[in-house]
Amino acid sequence: MTPKRKKRLMLIGLMVAAVAVAVGLLLNAFQKNLLFFFSPTQVIAGEAPIGHTFRIGGLVMPGSLQREEDGLTVRFDLTDNAEQVPVRYTGILPDLFREGQGIVSMGKLDESGVFTASEVLAKHDENYMPPEVAEALEKSGQMPHGLKTGEN
Amino acid sequence: MIPELGHFALILALCAAIVQAIFPLVGAQRGIASWINVTRPAAQLQFLMLAISYACLTHAFIVHDFSVLYVANTSNSQLPLLYRISGVWGAHEGSLLLWALILALWTAAVCWFSRGVPKAMVARVIGVMGLISIGFLLFILLTSNPFERLFPVPPDGRDLNPLLQDPGLAIHPPMLYLGYVGFSVAFAFAIAALLSGKLDSAWARWMRPWTNIAWMFLTIGIALGSWWAYYELGWGGWWFWDPVENASFMPWIVGTALIHSLAATEKRGAFKSWTVLLAVLAFSLSLLGTFLVRSGVLTSVHAFATDPARGVFILGFLVVVIGGSLVLYALRGPKIISTGGYGWVSREAGLLFNNVLLVVVCATILLGTLYPLALDALGMGKISVGPPYFNSVFVPLTVPLALMVGVGALARWKKDNLIGILRRLGWAAGLSLLGAFTLPYAMGEFDWSAALGIGLGLWVALGTAQGFIERLRHRKNKLAALGQLPGAFWGMSVAHLGIAMFAVGVALTSVYSVEKDLRMAPNEQYEIDEYRFTFEGVKQVMGPNYRASRGFVRVDNLDGAPVTELHSEKRIYLVQSNAMTEAGIDAGFTRDLYVALGEPLGGGSWSLRLYHKPFVRWIWYGSALMALGGLIAASDRRYRQFARRAARERGDHAAVTA
Repeated sequence: MTPKRKKRLMLIGLMVAAVAVAVGLLLNAFQKNLLFFFSPTQVIAGEAPIGHTFRIGGLVMPGSLQREEDGLTVRFDLTDNAEQVPVRYTGILPDLFREGQGIVSMGKLDESGVFTASEVLAKHDENYMPPEVAEALEKSGQMPHGLKTGEN
Repeated sequence: MIPELGHFALILALCAAIVQAIFPLVGAQRGIASWINVTRPAAQLQFLMLAISYACLTHAFIVHDFSVLYVANTSNSQLPLLYRISGVWGAHEGSLLLWALILALWTAAVCWFSRGVPKAMVARVIGVMGLISIGFLLFILLTSNPFERLFPVPPDGRDLNPLLQDPGLAIHPPMLYLGYVGFSVAFAFAIAALLSGKLDSAWARWMRPWTNIAWMFLTIGIALGSWWAYYELGWGGWWFWDPVENASFMPWIVGTALIHSLAATEKRGAFKSWTVLLAVLAFSLSLLGTFLVRSGVLTSVHAFATDPARGVFILGFLVVVIGGSLVLYALRGPKIISTGGYGWVSREAGLLFNNVLLVVVCATILLGTLYPLALDALGMGKISVGPPYFNSVFVPLTVPLALMVGVGALARWKKDNLIGILRRLGWAAGLSLLGAFTLPYAMGEFDWSAALGIGLGLWVALGTAQGFIERLRHRKNKLAALGQLPGAFWGMSVAHLGIAMFAVGVALTSVYSVEKDLRMAPNEQYEIDEYRFTFEGVKQVMGPNYRASRGFVRVDNLDGAPVTELHSEKRIYLVQSNAMTEAGIDAGFTRDLYVALGEPLGGGSWSLRLYHKPFVRWIWYGSALMALGGLIAASDRRYRQFARRAARERGDHAAVTA
């Protein structure tokens, strides 16, 4: 084999090895970490898995926010104006969290239908609504009139 | 009147860019000297026009000209001067103007600092940059004109997003753009080389300092963004694998690969076509980053715009630039011949290993970033890829990379002997292992991740030290010899030390951080590690354009010795009535103490977030060292020596022919 061929072979070998390792890691990590998004309507219809992490988005139901004794655990209902899902979260809520605001939350659904959130995200803009939430509202035919999606 | 002047200057800049693209490129291809001579004046004119245009927009911000739509949307009469100046790039239109200005600045810099480069090469480089500039200026003028007027004139503006009202974030975009756009120089050199077929070690030498400087700015920009997220978002995290962060990280990774492969191309004539491809990729990823952030396809605070016309334009531009350069590469690439064979164990092989791993890392991040977008676009459901994916792929790929840093930098070009290298590094391996298994105990309990981080950090640092030892071994006056070591070596060593510091910081802060969300009544205490936090209550204060509840937290050692007094604010910005948390941080070399105010819970109690974060600052110290390394490497004496010699030779030649 000429030195040039040898070098090329080495390059290809390295590439194949690196790609193989990466693909292995990738598929493994991908499987475990794909987060699906569901709207409250889908959750109530039983489309969301129980005990697996997923994301849910909607509006915080006005008048539903309650604090538990410890002051850090909150309960509220998330709605797409068609169905509602009760959410429980322990920790400090983001700055822009308030009733009527569109939020996206990550967590797990338990047997009793309560969504235990590990993360709550509210966007940093008054009018801004996360696109997933806007779409969920549109699907349920309950998009509030005059609410802008996206642009601030 | 002045905004119209700015608009007019912008149009003139486009005209200059067209001249700057056509005449030099055609002139260089056909060998028409008078056309080539247009290069520098056109590029400088374009820079001047964009500077005027940019100054006009800044003027509109400073004097509160709310008749300009963009100013009315992003400023307010209560906004402090600093944020009126930085507000220019606080939203879509202005940040694109800054992009174009920085591109013109880089182009002008190529005009000013390319004495040693042949005129035809400079003409091609600047011509390619002119083409890019045409694309961006058309984009601004057609879809995102920052000088658009608003009638009737509103009494006041809608204010800058409060998140952006912070000194760290004020300079984050310019640094990031200097990096992004800086890769356009490397890209232009690569295209120029493909066009001319001239691809030798002199070409690599011209390109190297530009690539280093662009990489330095990108490093600073990313580090500033991470630092800002840490103290401003109130979550205390420093990296979230957010698509916008990934968008800036991918060009950085490929840029890092490019810096290393350029070294082999310059010194040994190896990896030539690979280097060209990396330069094309680095800039393509910069453009992709701009597209991802600016088109609003991502759900993120950075996506100010959701105008489909803009998205389609950028996407089209992306296709033309990336597609065009890849077609050119396919046509001309096979003619590029790399010289210089090398063995399995050599500096070249080490650099190759580095490059393959970096590109694979970049590809995995690209997949995690684009896959959800692709699925969404195909209507196959909304998913997102969580941070654990990136962590579980990134760590196993970068560990061998760090292991190779020490070995690769010590290997000789062409051929070396693995046993010999390992023998030279035996002491470093021993000390690293010793440190990895003892130092975690100093932090509390032993942890495998911490051991890995410390071990890798020590290994990289000691391997770098071995480099110095070998270079100084036979010198009498060690101190003087230290000063005579080449800038390239110093730059590499400093940047590698930065990697070491970064690795230690990441490992220790992710393992040993303590984070507590608490409800605290006034004068209540809480102990974290060796610190006692006392909540002293909240006072109302007024800022220039916000009112705030300021919480006071005293921190003492467990034996009662005072450590610091932290203030965290919950601000309400008056114009948009947005709430914002300002964290209170006591920064230290080996640890940060961090307090963020949550919500009032009645009776003077508040929810509070208390953090003790060991070594978190090493992440940014490490990044700063990497950036410094880039700067030192770019200032290597020999780049100027070669430039001077080449200029002298051409000058003599001109004198002879005259």
